[in-house]
This record gives sequence, structure tokens and C-alpha cells, in this order.
Amino acid sequence: MKNRIDLLFEKKHAEILSVYFTAGFPERDDTLPLLELLEAGGADMVEIGIPFSDPLADGPVIQQSSSAALKNGMSMRLLFSQLRDVRKKISMPLILMGYLNPVLQFGMENFCRSCRESGIDGVILPDLPPDMFEEEYKEMFAEYGLHIIFLITPQTSEERVRRIDDLSGGFVYLVSDSATTGSRNSFSEKQQIYFERIRAMKLRNPSLIGFGIHNRETFTRACGFASGAIVGSAFIRSLAENKDIMQAVQSFVQSVKKENHDHSVA
Amino acid sequence: MNYQVSEKGFYGEFGGAFIPEMLYPNVEELRSRYLEIMAEPAFREAFHHLLKHYVGRPSPLYEAKRLSQQYGARIFLKREDLNHTGAHKINNTIGQILVAQRLGKKRIIAETGAGQHGVATATVCALMGLECIVYMGEVDIQRQAPNVARMKMLGAKVVPACSGSKTLKDATNEAIRDWINNPGNTHYIIGSVVGPHPYPDMVARFQSIISEEIRVQLKEQTGSELPDYVIACVGGGSNAAGAFYHFLDDEKVKLVAVEAAGKGIGSGFSAATTTLGKPGIIHGSKTLLMQTEDGQIIEPHSISAGLDYPGIGPVHAHLFESGRGIFLSATDEAALRAGFLLTRLEGIIPALESAHALAALDQLQFKKEDTVVLNLSGRGDKDLETYMKYLPS
Repeated sequence: MKNRIDLLFEKKHAEILSVYFTAGFPERDDTLPLLELLEAGGADMVEIGIPFSDPLADGPVIQQSSSAALKNGMSMRLLFSQLRDVRKKISMPLILMGYLNPVLQFGMENFCRSCRESGIDGVILPDLPPDMFEEEYKEMFAEYGLHIIFLITPQTSEERVRRIDDLSGGFVYLVSDSATTGSRNSFSEKQQIYFERIRAMKLRNPSLIGFGIHNRETFTRACGFASGAIVGSAFIRSLAENKDIMQAVQSFVQSVKKENHDHSVA
Repeated sequence: MNYQVSEKGFYGEFGGAFIPEMLYPNVEELRSRYLEIMAEPAFREAFHHLLKHYVGRPSPLYEAKRLSQQYGARIFLKREDLNHTGAHKINNTIGQILVAQRLGKKRIIAETGAGQHGVATATVCALMGLECIVYMGEVDIQRQAPNVARMKMLGAKVVPACSGSKTLKDATNEAIRDWINNPGNTHYIIGSVVGPHPYPDMVARFQSIISEEIRVQLKEQTGSELPDYVIACVGGGSNAAGAFYHFLDDEKVKLVAVEAAGKGIGSGFSAATTTLGKPGIIHGSKTLLMQTEDGQIIEPHSISAGLDYPGIGPVHAHLFESGRGIFLSATDEAALRAGFLLTRLEGIIPALESAHALAALDQLQFKKEDTVVLNLSGRGDKDLETYMKYLPS
């Protein structure tokens, strides 16, 4: 079967909305209900975060969701058991995002196998160096039909962007600003020049912009430079602020994707 | 066996640079330039000039006669406690501030546990007129108040780390986040032989002045450059890395690393990484790490803020796995006892970190003719409040 991320980008070239949430937050067993609500609400893809005790590339909002999820008892094993039947209900592409240490303790091959068994399409491991991926895990990922998505930042050199594009599958993740997640509000001229520079490189993969996307305005502007955008901290904030997850998804989807709120979950 | 770092930044299977892409340009800039900068004659001259006239090096190698009598061996103390600012940490911060200047950096950040590295960083920033921000766990800010005051007086901004166990690990996370958020103008002065390559190697090289001097001083005092034992405490392990550095290939020299057992190895309140840890990734390097089965990092415990760290420098993980190092641990209680003993026998109040190294003397079987060098990494002024709580009546 073709990877669902590839299918998504084949049929949709603009305004792709990918949403991040931390597994186990706000409640331990919210993973499946959240996926259903997000799919119904108009998300095109979801990145499920594997909580880690020391998420050093994340800002305070995701850090807090991560430690709350761990307190709720979330673990890699539990997450995979929650995802066992996810493909009976969810058809959009799913990505797991996490730090390398919990994955290494679970075992990389075990992790890849569990991803395939539960219908995961891609993986983002921000602290896995591309060189090490190529040397040790590239074949394994191919064998299990998993895409790996690497990050590109405004400081990434052209040569390295090419290399990251070569190793990545599905799409590349453009970090809008060299900052931990959730800390910026709008795009500067410098960021726009960076997005243009990457677009002009005509990478083999489509790209999504992440970090700092938190409302309709930033989402639309990001979509002007890439196939779509990724929202993380803003959605986690909505989950933290609303009483129940249905309300959280509704108010979040409304704030980011206005035209969809009419047929969002009722 | 090779104990030095490989070109890719590994000590055996440990080390490397497991960092998010946002950090890559900063780390890569340092990696591609540190060796060339450190080899420049002008750099070496500036470094050694400051070590001599500002830090007060060489630090004495002092034969502790009454301590020697107690343990039945010839024990020398390498007096890093006599350095300016009171610990070995200044050797590294002098080196790194000179590197930072050559990289054109204007803003310096650091993490600190006991506050010794924070003070040493704030000191060199004052000396060079650079902005300084020090991240320190909230718990450590409480228990190391004198060092917090010193950093502030030196002009540094001390930012509390309020996540996790609110100690050294969390301060390091915050410093790394700061570096991600401020690419370009900022240099991160890591205080130990931890973090992504090239930090473990760079810090070890700056601290290697310790063993370079020991060899010369020991030759003068005993006729031989080589002791039978070198003993040092290990949190991240920079003083140990420096004390072992020039003895690594002299396999007859026993290298003893002493970790903090906290309330006891099996108590759940410990920082004895080589006993309790397994391979994993922390702060950008692969090393031994205290963690749950699920790969979550376990919050450590030690009475000594400088040893309260769930990992260990990758060089030490390699010394442990290869058998080159002898790894022991000392409890809070044993360290306190050893601290009081040294104070009464030699009139030297050691830092609680160094007191762990002293506590290991109880666990080793010496022959009368053995020469032992113990790296007294810091002085105990900062720990007086803790010592006073346990003062024997």
C-alpha cells in the first residue's frame, strides 16, 4: 500500500493542516477520541507526540503537556496499544514525533514494526542525526514502509537542505524560526526570505511550515510559502484551556480554519 | 585501547552529537573550529597567561601527611580548591571564553549545579566584559545561596530552572533551549565533559592542565611522574577527565572515579550512574544514563549539587565499559564524614563534591608504598550551611 502521506500530498497541494498533540494529554486515553475529532474537524494529518521527560527542543506549552502526559501514565507501550485499531476509524496520515531516547530503549526495529502494525506513516525524531539515520536505520525504515521527516531551519545551509531533502520522505518540516516551539507570533521579512529561498530550491519533497503557527492569519501566510502548516503549541493550549476535548478541537479549528467550522464536529 | 575521542566524536560507542537541527549550526561552528583555535600560538599564550596570573596556576600538589598516615599510603592532594573562584571549573571557562571571543560571540550562557561553574563563567564574563546568563535549578538556588550572590555581584543574570527535579539536568535543558532561541551571537559554556561533540573533548582538553601539572609536580616530589592511583569525583566528570587525561595511556596508573550514591545505591535517591544507568541519550550525547525502562530520565539525588546529575560524560562511560576506570560510589553520609575528616586532619575544608573522592579512600586497599593523587576539585565554603547541619558535637 502506498504511504498515506504521499497520497495526501498527491491529492492536495495547498492549505494542508497538520496538527500536533502530545499523547496522554490532557487525559491518558484521549489519543483515539482526539484523532477522531481532529479528522472530523478538518485536520489533514496528525503528529502524535511521544512524551519525554526532557524535551529540550520544545517550548513551555509542549513541555508541560509532556510532563502531564507522563504523570497520566502515558508510555510508548500504552500508546501503541491505544493505536492498535486506529485504522478502523482514522484514514488520514499519522506521524509519531518524539525524542530518540525512549525510541532507543523501546528498540528501533521494534518501534518501526509497531508503527507499521498500527498504521503509522511517518516518524519525526528531532535529535536523530541525519548521518546516523542513513548509516543505521535507512534500510529499516524502508523495509517497514515508514517515512522519516527531518527538520530544516533558517540557518540550515543549502548543501545540508539538499541532503535532508534526500533522506526525508513524505515532506520536509520547515522550522519557521530557530526557536523552541511556540515562541513567535508573526513572520518577519527575514523569515519570508528564508521560505522563498527554500521554495526556489525546488526540493523533491513538498514542505510544511511549523513553529509559531497559531491562528488563521499565520496559517494562511504559511500556506503562501509551502503546501501547508503544522500547528502544535496553539492546539495544546486550546486543550489545556477548554473543559473538554470536543470544545477544544472546535474552538481550535475555528481559529485556524474558519471555512471549515460549519461542518466541524457537532 | 584508545581513550581519546574519534573524529566523529565518539569514545567507543559513547558520545556523538544527538541534537535537533536548530542547534546544528552552533555546534557545527564550534566543532569545525575548536581544534584550530586551540592550537593558535596567540590563543595558547593568552590561555596560559591567564591560568598563571589570574587563576594562580600551577595549583599545588600537596602531600597530606596526616591523611596519609590515616590510610597507610602516600597521599597527595591536587589543590584545585586554591584556584581563583574556588574550584577547577575556572580552567574550562577561561579556555571557552577565549574560544567564544575568537568566534565573535557577544552573549554567554551557562548551566550550573553547585554554582561553581556559574561563578567561574560569571567571572570570566566580567573579566572580558561579556553579557552572562546562568541557568540554575530552583532547588540548587536554595542550597547554594552564596554562589548565587557571587554570580549576581559579578553581573550575571541567574535564571531559575523550574522544570523536572529543578537541579543540574533541568538547568542544562534550559541553557540548551536558550541556545536554540539565540543562534548566532551566543556561546554556551558547558561546565562539564557532557553535551554534544565537541564539548566533552574541548572541556577535557582545557581541564587536562590538571594532570599535566600533576606529572611534573609528582616527579619533583617523588622522582616518578606516575602515581599508583588518581582519584576524582564524577558528576558529569570534568575534574576527573582533567586529572586522568595525561595518565590514560599509562595503564599501570589506576584511575578511580567516585560517583555520588546519595542515600544509597538501592534507595531510589542516588546519582551513581554507572551502577544504576544504561546506555541512552542525554543533552546531545550517548552515554550511561539513569532512566526508566521506558526511556524517561530518572531524577537523581545527591547531597552535593555538583554531582546531582543522571548522566556521566561519554569519556567516563567509555572508561567504565572498557574497564580502564575503577568506578566507586560514596553516600551522602560517607562524603560528609570524609569532609570533616580532611578538615580536622589537614585544615582543608573540601567541597562536598571533592569529599566524595575522599570517601573512596575508605574503600581502597593501599600498600604502604603506594602513591595516591586525589584531585581536590573545590573548596567547601559554599557548602558550610550543609556541613553545619551535620557538625559532629
